[in-house]
Amino acid sequence: MYDVIVIGAGVSGAAAARELSKYDLHTLVLEAAEDVCTGTSKANSGIVHAGYDAAPGSLMAKLNVEGNAMMDELCEDLEIPFQRNGSLVVCIDEEGRGKLAELLSRGEKNGVKGLRIVEREELAAMEPNISEEAVAALYAPSAGIICPFLLNIAMAENACENGTEFHLDSPVTNIEKTGNGYAVMVTKADGTEEIFETKVVVNAAGVYADTFHNMFAKKKITIVPRRGDYILMDKEAGGLVKHTVFPLPGPMGKGILVAPTVHGNLFAGPTSVDIGSKEDHATTKDGLDTVMRECGKYVKNVPLKMAITSFSGNRAHWEGHEFLIGELAEAPGFIDCAAIESPGLTSSPAIGKMVCGIVLDILHPGKKKNWKKKRKGILDPRTLSFEERNRLIKEHPEYGRVVCRCEGVTEGEILDAIRRPLGATTMDGLKRRVRAGAGRCQAGFCTPGQMEILARELGISREEVTKRGKGTWLVKGNLKDEI
Amino acid sequence: MRSENTIVIIGGGPAGLAAAISAKKNGAENILILERDRELGGILNQCIHNGFGLHTFKEELTGPEYAGRFIEEVKALGIPYKLNTMVLDISPDKTVTAMNSEDGLFEIKAGAVILCMGCRERPRGALSIPGTRPSGIYSAGTAQRLMNREGFMPGKIVVILGSGDIGLIMARRLTLEGAEVKAVAELMPYSGGLKRNIVQCLDDYGIPLLLSHTVTDIRGKDRVESVVISEVGPDGSPVPGTGKEYECDTLLLSVGLLPENELSKAAGVKLGSTGGPVVNESLETGIPGVFACGNVLHVHDLVDYVSEEAANAGRHAAKYVEGLSRGEAAKTAGQRTVDVVPENGVRYTVPVTVRPDRMDEELTIRFRVANVYKNIFVSVYLGEERVQHRKRPVVAPGEMEQVTIKRQDLLDRPDVKKITIRLEEE
Repeated sequence: MYDVIVIGAGVSGAAAARELSKYDLHTLVLEAAEDVCTGTSKANSGIVHAGYDAAPGSLMAKLNVEGNAMMDELCEDLEIPFQRNGSLVVCIDEEGRGKLAELLSRGEKNGVKGLRIVEREELAAMEPNISEEAVAALYAPSAGIICPFLLNIAMAENACENGTEFHLDSPVTNIEKTGNGYAVMVTKADGTEEIFETKVVVNAAGVYADTFHNMFAKKKITIVPRRGDYILMDKEAGGLVKHTVFPLPGPMGKGILVAPTVHGNLFAGPTSVDIGSKEDHATTKDGLDTVMRECGKYVKNVPLKMAITSFSGNRAHWEGHEFLIGELAEAPGFIDCAAIESPGLTSSPAIGKMVCGIVLDILHPGKKKNWKKKRKGILDPRTLSFEERNRLIKEHPEYGRVVCRCEGVTEGEILDAIRRPLGATTMDGLKRRVRAGAGRCQAGFCTPGQMEILARELGISREEVTKRGKGTWLVKGNLKDEI
Repeated sequence: MRSENTIVIIGGGPAGLAAAISAKKNGAENILILERDRELGGILNQCIHNGFGLHTFKEELTGPEYAGRFIEEVKALGIPYKLNTMVLDISPDKTVTAMNSEDGLFEIKAGAVILCMGCRERPRGALSIPGTRPSGIYSAGTAQRLMNREGFMPGKIVVILGSGDIGLIMARRLTLEGAEVKAVAELMPYSGGLKRNIVQCLDDYGIPLLLSHTVTDIRGKDRVESVVISEVGPDGSPVPGTGKEYECDTLLLSVGLLPENELSKAAGVKLGSTGGPVVNESLETGIPGVFACGNVLHVHDLVDYVSEEAANAGRHAAKYVEGLSRGEAAKTAGQRTVDVVPENGVRYTVPVTVRPDRMDEELTIRFRVANVYKNIFVSVYLGEERVQHRKRPVVAPGEMEQVTIKRQDLLDRPDVKKITIRLEEE
C-alpha cells in the first residue's frame, strides 16, 4: 500500500512529488504518457511571472508570488537555467494607462516587489525594438524565463532519486474508495489492468483533473482546454528583446507576448481559444496568423521568417479561474491539484509545497534523513573552458562527438540524458532534456544519429525507436534485411 | 597546430574535395579537410541514383561513385583530412576551432579557409504549416539518408510537399522500394526541380505533380494519418474550400535548401542574396583569405558545377597562401572593381564583384532567374553597352544559368564599373 499516489507527472505533480520525497512516505507517481512533462507543462510560455496579474487575495496571486520567490534557489539546486530578465506590459495608447495603473496597484497588493511604470523614453532605451506606438509600460524586474521542460523533468528526477516511484505509460482509468484510502486502477496500452492501493491521492492530472475530481466531489467542475498557439524563432533572432514583452491583458489571458527563451531563441504567442477536445494539439491557420499579426503590435521587426517551429498547448482552464488545491471534504485523503493554468508553471514550487502540507496534515510522516536536495544537472560542455572541455573529451570521448549540429549537442550529453533516473527513452525526451533536434534544422540532420544511440542504449531496434512513445514510430521495414 | 599557411577546408563533401585537390595541384603544401561525418563525400553518399558527372567525366555515375573518384584522388595526393570532426567556430582572423573524440577541442590558425559547408533543408516550422505534430514528417534529405545509408523505410504511404530535386528523387526511390507516393504538391505554378527529374521520377511512375497546391493541414495524433492539400491562388495563399484530404503515414518536405552559413557569420563574412557569402571573381569573401564554393555559396543543381567552382576556389586559395608565404599582404586597395548587377528577372549572380586585374581570361558568371520565362533574351551589359544577347526558349528558377565574360573586354573598357545581367523581351 502506498502512502500517496500522485496522478500526473506534469510540473504540479512533479513539484508535489519532490516535496513529498522529503518525508518518509511511500509515494507513487502515475503518468499516462511515455515521459514526464508531456501535457500543458511542455507547451507553454516558460515565463516566471512576477504576480501582478492575479486577483489580490486569490490563491493564484499568493502561489504566484511565492513560487516566483522560490525559483532562484530551486533552479540552483536542480542545476537548470533561470534568468530574471524582467517583464514589460506595454500599452500603445493613452487609454491603456488606466489599465497599467490597475496592474501596478494589483501587483503591489499581491506583494510583487520593484514594480514601476516606465515612460516611452526609458522603455525605448530598455527595448530598442519596442513599437513606435508604445507610450508606457509596467516594468516587473522579478519576472523571469525558465525552460519548462527542465524544471518539470528535474523536479521529477530529484523526487525519483529520493525514492519516489514513477510508473510511466500508466493512465489512471478508475479510482475507488476503500476502507482506508483509495484503489487506483491503471489500464495499460495492451489492456492489462493494475490496481494500486493508497492512503492519499493527489489529483494533478492537468486537463483531465476534472474527471477524477468529479468522481468524488459534490460540486462538479469542467476543465476546458484553452489552446495557445506559439511560433518559435531561430537563435539568431533571440536578441530582439531582452525582457518578456506583454500587451495589456484581456479577458482570455495575458495576451500574445514576445520574449527570449532561456536557451536564446525568440518566441511569440500564445493565442487563447477554448476548444472541444483535450486531445486536440493541433495548431491552426487562424491561430498562427493571429500570433504573426499580434506580435508585431508591441515589438517591431519580429523576424517571423526565422520561424523554426510552431506548436500549441492546452491550458487547463476552469471557469472559476482559480487554482483548486485542497482535500475534498466529502472524500478525505483525496487532494485536488486542479485547474492549474497560468501562472501554474511559476507557482509550481509553491503548489508542491502546499499540496505536501495538506498530505502532512493527514499522514504526519517523519522527515527523511538523507534527503538529497540537489539534482545533478546534465553536463553542458559548452559551459566549460577550453582546457576543461579537452580533459572531459579525453576521459569521455563521447563528448567530442557532436550529434546535433544546430545546438551542438554531443553524444556525451545524450548518453547522460538517457542513463539518468527517469531518463529519456524517445526522441522528444532527448529534445526536452538536451535540446537535440531543437535547433534550426529541427532534427533534419541528427534524426539518424539520435535513433542509433537510443536503439543502442535501450537495447531495441531502430524500428522500435519512437518520437514520443506508442504509435509514433519513425521507420518501418529494414531495407537491408530484405535484400 | 600546423603551420600558418595551412588551407583549412571546412567540409569534405563535393566542394571540399574538389577544392582540396585543386589547391594541392596548384602548389599548396599544407591542406587540411575537416569533415563532420564518418566518411568523406558529403551528401553524395546518400545520393545513390545516377546522373552525376555527365559534364565532369562524360559518363553517368551515382553519387557515391562520383564522390569516390574525388576521394581516391585526395588520398592519392596525400591530402590530410579529419573525419567525425565538427568545426565549432571560425574567427575573423581565420582561427578555426574544431572538435572530435581523438584530438579533443583544437584550434588551427589557418592561412586560408575555404568554406564548403553545403546547405541544409528548410524545416516544416519555416512554413508554419498548421496541424498536429505527429511522427512521420521528414525533410526529403533526412528520408533519403534513412533509406540509403541507414537502410530503413521512413514510411509506406507518402505525400511530398515541394518539388525540389531531392523530393522528386525520393518520390521515385520510395516507389521503387514499395511505398505508395500519392502526390507531390508544389506551391509555385512551376517546379523547383530539374525537368529531367520530373520526367524520370514522377511522370514515369504516374505520380501526380500538383502545381499551385500546398499542404494546409497535417492530421494524426501519433503518426501522420493524413494531410490536406489545397489550391493556392495567384497571391500564393490557399483558396478556401479547395482542400482535399490525402490519407498517408508520411509527409516529406522538399521546400528549399538554405546555404549553411552559421560559421561564415561567426567569422564576420558578409552574406548576400543567395543566402551565401558575397564573393569576388576569385570566390573570395569580404575577408581576405576566406573563400567559399559549392552549396554554401549558392545552391547548385548539378554537382559538376560544384566541383568546377570548388576547383577555382582551391586554386585561388593556393595562390593566396603562396602570396602570404612571400610576405605579400592582399593588395586590394586601389584595385579596379567592377560590380555584377542582376536585373529584370535575374535574382542573383555569383560572383558579385570582379577585379579585372585578378580575373582569368574568361570568367563564368552563374545566376538564377526569378520566374519561368519563355522566348526571352539573356543580355549582358558592360556599362551601358550590350555585349551579349542570347535568345532562350525557356528559363526557369530550378535551372541555374550562366554567361561567360572575357577579361580583355573589361580591360578594353577601363571606364566600365558595372556588368549587368538582365532578361529582355527583345
